[in-house]
Amino acid sequence: MKIQQISLFLENKPGHLNTICRTLADAGINIVTLSLADTQQFGIVRLIVQEWQKAKEVLEQAGYVVNVREVVAAAVADRPGGMVEVLDIIGKTGVNIEYMYAFAFRHNAEAVLVFRFDDPDRAVRALQAAGRDVLDAVTLFQEAK
Amino acid sequence: MSLYEYAHDLDTPVHPVSAPDYMPVEELRALQLHRLQGLVRRVYDHVPLTRARMDERGVRPEHIQTLKDIALLPFMMKTDLRDTYPFGLFACPMNDIVRFHCSSGTTGKPIVIGNTQNDIRVWQNGCMRALALCGVRSSDIMQVAYGYGLFTGGLGLHYGGEGLGCAVLPISGGNTDRQLMLMRDMGTTVIACTPSYFLHLIDEGMKKGIDFKRDMQIRHGVFGAEPWTEEMRAKIESLTGIFAHDIYGLTEIAGPGVANDCRCRRGLHVFEDHFYPEIVDPETLEPLPDGEQGELVFTTLTRTGTPMLRYRTRDISRLLTGACPCGRTIRAIERIHARSDDMLIIRGVNVFPSQIEAGLLSIDSVLPHYQIVVGKEGDLDTIEIKVEVTRETFSDDIKTLERLRQRIGQAVQRIINLSPHITLVEPHTLPRSEGKLQRVTDLRNRAVSSKGV
Repeated sequence: MKIQQISLFLENKPGHLNTICRTLADAGINIVTLSLADTQQFGIVRLIVQEWQKAKEVLEQAGYVVNVREVVAAAVADRPGGMVEVLDIIGKTGVNIEYMYAFAFRHNAEAVLVFRFDDPDRAVRALQAAGRDVLDAVTLFQEAK
Repeated sequence: MSLYEYAHDLDTPVHPVSAPDYMPVEELRALQLHRLQGLVRRVYDHVPLTRARMDERGVRPEHIQTLKDIALLPFMMKTDLRDTYPFGLFACPMNDIVRFHCSSGTTGKPIVIGNTQNDIRVWQNGCMRALALCGVRSSDIMQVAYGYGLFTGGLGLHYGGEGLGCAVLPISGGNTDRQLMLMRDMGTTVIACTPSYFLHLIDEGMKKGIDFKRDMQIRHGVFGAEPWTEEMRAKIESLTGIFAHDIYGLTEIAGPGVANDCRCRRGLHVFEDHFYPEIVDPETLEPLPDGEQGELVFTTLTRTGTPMLRYRTRDISRLLTGACPCGRTIRAIERIHARSDDMLIIRGVNVFPSQIEAGLLSIDSVLPHYQIVVGKEGDLDTIEIKVEVTRETFSDDIKTLERLRQRIGQAVQRIINLSPHITLVEPHTLPRSEGKLQRVTDLRNRAVSSKGV
């Protein structure tokens, strides 16, 4: 029930993100979603792509250090309060959210929350017990099409 | 020195402590030879490393018959101090040591110099003569803003000032506001610190509306411990109306007070009745005649704790020929322009790129690619270390990367005693090179410089 996310180190300099995206574009890899975390000095690009092994390979060939982490994607209703419901469930488990980001699909009224938990298995169990929709890779990438 | 001399030295152009500076050359050479012979005997008897090296060359202490015979003797280097860390080159029992000082080694550990009571007096004599040469007298109030501690700057100038009978304010380095307050309130007449720190004091003073010419009583600045330029000297003098003097020394030889420039400003007079200078070819190690440029080498003729025989300073200079208009007979070295190794002097602290490597290696056993960038922010030196992120160190979590930056900074700071700015950079972005020198980018103006302490 977990999704592979790839992340890369990025200096805060003009043009650096372009190079990464260009590398993926040239390899015919579509980015489902992307999140940028940054400090004054540097940033981290986190990407979700379907062919993550291939993406890792081409990026490493281009000289990047690529990190693969498991993240949890949960679908919520794209309306006020949708996210709070999920966060409440997580909050009760005591699992810590290291970071998260969200995106919405255009063709239905659902949004996807992507979480990096310190204890993903416990979070997934809690979400499923509460009847929430935890997306696996197949569903996520189908929805994304 | 007697009380009589203290009381009457105020207006004398030549201070009594400076008398050896004017010794007739023949007598000076005879004194140096006599002292050298005693030193070689002491070192041969008490320092196994030197004895082994002399035996290897078939040289015995009695072979030193003239000053030229010094060329028969082996050299000492910083690596010898490192290899025998901490006490391997001590020439006396620990019972006789009264104080340690440390300086940067080339790796994670410092080098240790032991001073006997005699060595402290010899060193004090050097500092007193350096200050007297600057024109400092017993009526002066001297603010010592060099660091006190293992670094020799603070204590060296402190003892020199006290020896001359000055009123010494041992404020040590840092705390600019307090420096300025006491400097103004107490009417400091002599400041001893690094030239860049003094420029910083001037700047900070200006921000508070302090005009050094109007509000301060300073007449002399005793500046050393880092390279500085004639342009900096001109700037300091025009902004403050003081005399800016250049003092030279190094921990291995004593500390500050090995040499100091006189008002003729041709070069820095070496107190060579204690610290015997030579210039050698840094490649062949052959002695070079006075006037020729090469590596500066010192022999501590009168020290007993950790005496140095032909210590290679790695500073490039020359011994000036011809009489100095000031009348001193002791020779002068030219201001130091360069070094024959990769040592950097940052805010008065000696830093070797290999020390930074040792710090980086303590984080991860694999050395990452890195680059050292030395620059200036206002008048103060800055050091930045760019470190490439590796597969092992990269994390997708900002906190982890920030912690990595802090850990690298702390590991390096523990070794070099300076807080570096750490910048994480993308892999494969720093220039690849074999030599360490290319790992360093020095953006400071290094046109005409000198170093010391």
